Amino acid sequence: MDEYSKLSTFSADDVDPNNFATESYNPNALHAGFPSPAQNYMNGTIDLNRVLVRHRETTFFARVEGDSMKDDGIGNGDIVVIDKSLDPKDGDIVIAHHDGEFVLRRIKIDKGKKCAWLMSADGKSNPTKISSENNIVIWGIVTYTIKRMR
Amino acid sequence: MELFGLADCNNFFVSCERVFRPDLNGKPVLVLSSNDGCVISRSNEAKALGIKMGVPLFQIRNEVEKYGIALFSSNYVLYGDMSRRVMSLLSSYTPKLDQYSIDESFLDFSDMGDTEYLRRYGQEIVKAVAKGTGIPISLGIAPTRTLAKVASKFAKKYKGYHGCCIIDTKEKRQKALELFEVGDVFGIGRKMKEHLSKYGIRTAADFANLDGEWVRSAFSITGYRTWRELHGEACISLDELPAKKSICVSRSFAGEGISDRHKLEEAVANFASDCARKLREQNTICRQMTVFAFTSRFRTDLPQDFISHNIRLDIGTNDSSEIIKTAIDGLRAYYREGNFAYKKAGVILWDISPANAVQGNLFDKRNHGKLAALQHTIDNINQRDGRGTVRNAVQGDNHLNIKREHLSQQYTTNWDEILVVKG
Repeated sequence: MDEYSKLSTFSADDVDPNNFATESYNPNALHAGFPSPAQNYMNGTIDLNRVLVRHRETTFFARVEGDSMKDDGIGNGDIVVIDKSLDPKDGDIVIAHHDGEFVLRRIKIDKGKKCAWLMSADGKSNPTKISSENNIVIWGIVTYTIKRMR
Repeated sequence: MELFGLADCNNFFVSCERVFRPDLNGKPVLVLSSNDGCVISRSNEAKALGIKMGVPLFQIRNEVEKYGIALFSSNYVLYGDMSRRVMSLLSSYTPKLDQYSIDESFLDFSDMGDTEYLRRYGQEIVKAVAKGTGIPISLGIAPTRTLAKVASKFAKKYKGYHGCCIIDTKEKRQKALELFEVGDVFGIGRKMKEHLSKYGIRTAADFANLDGEWVRSAFSITGYRTWRELHGEACISLDELPAKKSICVSRSFAGEGISDRHKLEEAVANFASDCARKLREQNTICRQMTVFAFTSRFRTDLPQDFISHNIRLDIGTNDSSEIIKTAIDGLRAYYREGNFAYKKAGVILWDISPANAVQGNLFDKRNHGKLAALQHTIDNINQRDGRGTVRNAVQGDNHLNIKREHLSQQYTTNWDEILVVKG
């Protein structure tokens, strides 16, 4: 296999920060004397999962297609981190399932009228009221966005 | 009071597919076995259409077309990951979780509170799992594992329970067993059911009302134990429960747990070996394995770890050494240094099918040496020339031979196949 095809088949799945850490860095091997009390908790590297994944069992990832949420800082190709266990709060970015597809929207909750709307940041699509008739399912709440800068 | 909870995922494989296809809620859905051969999981809507478990796809082509039934090839990577999520979430609600199969586990609810408290707690668990993972579960709570299974079926069948049914008094037990077919009781197989029907025994209550001594003489010690369990006396251990679509061997470790890597590997090797023996005893092979190890959720003062790794075996097997090696490799891939005190570990074998003649020949002693030598050679080549051609070519052939026309994405385990959301 040549170098190019190796690169093209690379996926983030191939990287396991934990494995990487144990092979490349063993704190015990570096120095004698009193062991650091932090050693028990040492992974050898910063684990992004610790920040991005608050609830491991209920966190999912999705890739964004389209730019209607650009004004909210989420653009085409970004990866959103979704937690299914959370209840939506007014102003949350949510993943909703509507008309056979998953959509990214900001949710507006009107406590007085006891109803909620899905809003797009660019205002191009009208606010959609969530009701039993239009079969909208709030699938999960976006907790982080992963954006490629270069 | 000693109480067991049985958490059972409803139509598990179908439910996994629906998490990522909410449009299929309320519609008939089927999941097919390896090679798209037979039906292995059905939505309630498909059951209502009269589609039977295990029926070959070609026999129901007309129904599939007529009713627009959604079909899925089995996506074991997805199911393994979703199972890990459900089990891990469940383990935060009990001091002791015993996984029984890929979609069932026993939770210890002993001395946790009165019936009313447990009911609320149970309903909260069901709700949290459904919301957080998208997988609907049914929870049955009772003084024995056999009764907990009965309770879970009631929880599944009647909406009024809100997913959690408790059988903790004699009156409730009597009422439940009267409504329960004897053949559906854990541990009562087809033969025993036929035998019982000769005596006019139809319901679990009919069976429980028999004389205990008579049951012991007519049905051996196993039947007698089931009888005692139906009377609320816990006497069947986890290992003695019947194996169905998966085999699980696991243990909780005493005291502080196991921190030593070699001891953990030794334990897992023994679990794997037990699993393989059980496979051979029922003359079956498996194609999927899950190996897991986790620290106590209740020791928040200690570092925590939860290893759960799903491995696909390219060729179905029931060979001990192969299954042990796969389990250890799987454990090593996710093991990390950190002085974790593992309180529990285990091995689950699933995607189980009968060891037919051809596959049996492949694994008899005469050929196994050649097979091992071949694998060794392949490993050597790969080691020398990098992870690549030979192994991939072999696997590639295998993949081509397996028919998976309706395979869904690996939404949770592969970056290239995650959900797409319209922004």
